[in-house]
Amino acid sequence: MRTFSSFAIVLSAAMLLAACSSTKLDDKNAPVENRAGTGATTDGADPRAVNTVNAGSDPLNDPQGILSKRSIYFDYDSYTVKDEFRSVVEAHAKYLNSHKDRKVIIQGNTDDRGGTEYNLALGQKRAEAVRKALVLLGVSDAQVEAVSFGKEKPKALGSDEAAWAENRRSDIAYQ
Amino acid sequence: MMKNSRTALKSPHGFNKPFGFYRLTGVALTVMGIAAASAAHAELRFEISGVGASQIPVAIAAFPGEEGGPQQITSIVKADLARSGVFKLIDNSDSLSDASAINYGDWKNRGANALAVGSVQRLADGRFDVRYRLFDTIKATQLSALSFGSQPQLIRLTAHKIADDIYEKLTGIPGIFSTRIAYVTRSGKEYRLEVADADGEGVQVALRSNEPIISPSWSPDGGKVAYVSFEAKKPVIYIQNLVTRQRTLVANFKGSNSAPAWAPDGQRLAVALTRDGLTQVYVINADGSGLRRLTNTAGIDTEPRFSPDGNYVYFTSDRSGGPQIYKVSPNGGDAQRVTFGGSYNISPRISPDGKTLAFISRREGKFQLYALDLTNGQEQRLSDTVKDESPSFSPNGKYIMYATESGRRGSLAIVSTDGRIKQRLTTQVGDVREPTWGPFMK
Repeated sequence: MRTFSSFAIVLSAAMLLAACSSTKLDDKNAPVENRAGTGATTDGADPRAVNTVNAGSDPLNDPQGILSKRSIYFDYDSYTVKDEFRSVVEAHAKYLNSHKDRKVIIQGNTDDRGGTEYNLALGQKRAEAVRKALVLLGVSDAQVEAVSFGKEKPKALGSDEAAWAENRRSDIAYQ
Repeated sequence: MMKNSRTALKSPHGFNKPFGFYRLTGVALTVMGIAAASAAHAELRFEISGVGASQIPVAIAAFPGEEGGPQQITSIVKADLARSGVFKLIDNSDSLSDASAINYGDWKNRGANALAVGSVQRLADGRFDVRYRLFDTIKATQLSALSFGSQPQLIRLTAHKIADDIYEKLTGIPGIFSTRIAYVTRSGKEYRLEVADADGEGVQVALRSNEPIISPSWSPDGGKVAYVSFEAKKPVIYIQNLVTRQRTLVANFKGSNSAPAWAPDGQRLAVALTRDGLTQVYVINADGSGLRRLTNTAGIDTEPRFSPDGNYVYFTSDRSGGPQIYKVSPNGGDAQRVTFGGSYNISPRISPDGKTLAFISRREGKFQLYALDLTNGQEQRLSDTVKDESPSFSPNGKYIMYATESGRRGSLAIVSTDGRIKQRLTTQVGDVREPTWGPFMK
């Protein structure tokens, strides 16, 4: 959520600048206001700022929003969601809790080392870890399905650590 | 003659397939004296190395009339026998029909312990009358005599059956030249489940998809293949009738559905499902009914395989930490651990006689094919390759086909169960993987 609120502040500042540019610059007698602090709310946001809501817009489609993050990466031989991806999982849980009609498939992946079927089972462990985290955050069982692609659909090709790390991943796919 | 034999290799099937097969190379080529033909349409290539502990010297005389058939039968027979590694082909330029008088002493002097002769004649109805006889030149006796009324498109099969008969009469073990293999190819975005003769010829496409296909498994009657398709954006198990193209959805439960393995009765399959959490082994009827959970752990249980007698289901489990192979009664109960060497043992396959377990083991970072003698616990590494997967026994138990990598491309390899004879099927375009060797068919 932190990312989202700082984005909102940047947005209001940008709108403020846009508003300023329409004032007459040659009016030298106009009193100069110290805007900082004046009329501002306790959290520093401008109470006169207006942020646009597009009817029908979905935070899911905001390319800058946290919900645009759909991949959870895992360490080698690890099947637990790392702390750095908590906020992503929480954001999706919150969205799914407020959009009960939406469903997601969690697609688990592995790097290309080892057997097809065993890797499919390991990919499932990564998908299941994310599924469980969502359910613990209140998402209904009916809204989430964990499946595995194993090593069959690698995002990164290649046999180096960078490619392997990219493929140790669960993706959240909205249906 | 070389040119003719290549032309003859283009079967009616061959005209439909997008890629042909490359013929023999290496030892086989030297033995056979067959020139490697144009590779314009070639996709798979057989390479052979190593020979059997002892080789039976056998002479195959040309069959009079075979030039008039769609394929040269004795070329196919000789290629089969050479590839098996257990025969030494005695070079000759003789042409002897099944009616010819046999000079046993002469063939014995030329080093042949056995001699095959035959004839090919076109019948009025378009079929070919193929006759063959096999003689023991030492004992001066006939070992076998067969005749076939063969449709033109089945000439290749007839040749394989003759090779099977020679193999069986001279080794006492049924031949596998007329069996088929199935495997998955990937070229660009297209995945194909293909079926071919055991020599890689006669490719037919069973399934085409833009999503992965894995874990094909032949039904015991050889008429169907179970597999996992990702066409629905998740792994789902189907059975496909190869002749009718009819597909049966076997398992599409919530989560992943994979690793189908037929019970010997052909009525049930063991499968790996995640409907109840992590991957576990279940048994299900071939029509998708009668689901029953077989294993019950909090971890991974997958890759089930029935033993040929149906008394056990072998599977891979991480219950002890890393993956190891276990077995359990198909009726449930406690599982017994089977593998102990190494920390990563997967993909159990039981030999047709139930005495050998083939599996993939990771040791020092290499994934290699191993065989464990279940009667005495002796373990043997069978491959020199390092990214091995998906072993599959030939139905006579003498060979194991597996997937490996060659020049960063998926390829297939075959090794005899004693580790002596090695063959490689490589692709020139795309990958080939996930092999499964079909059963004997009537």
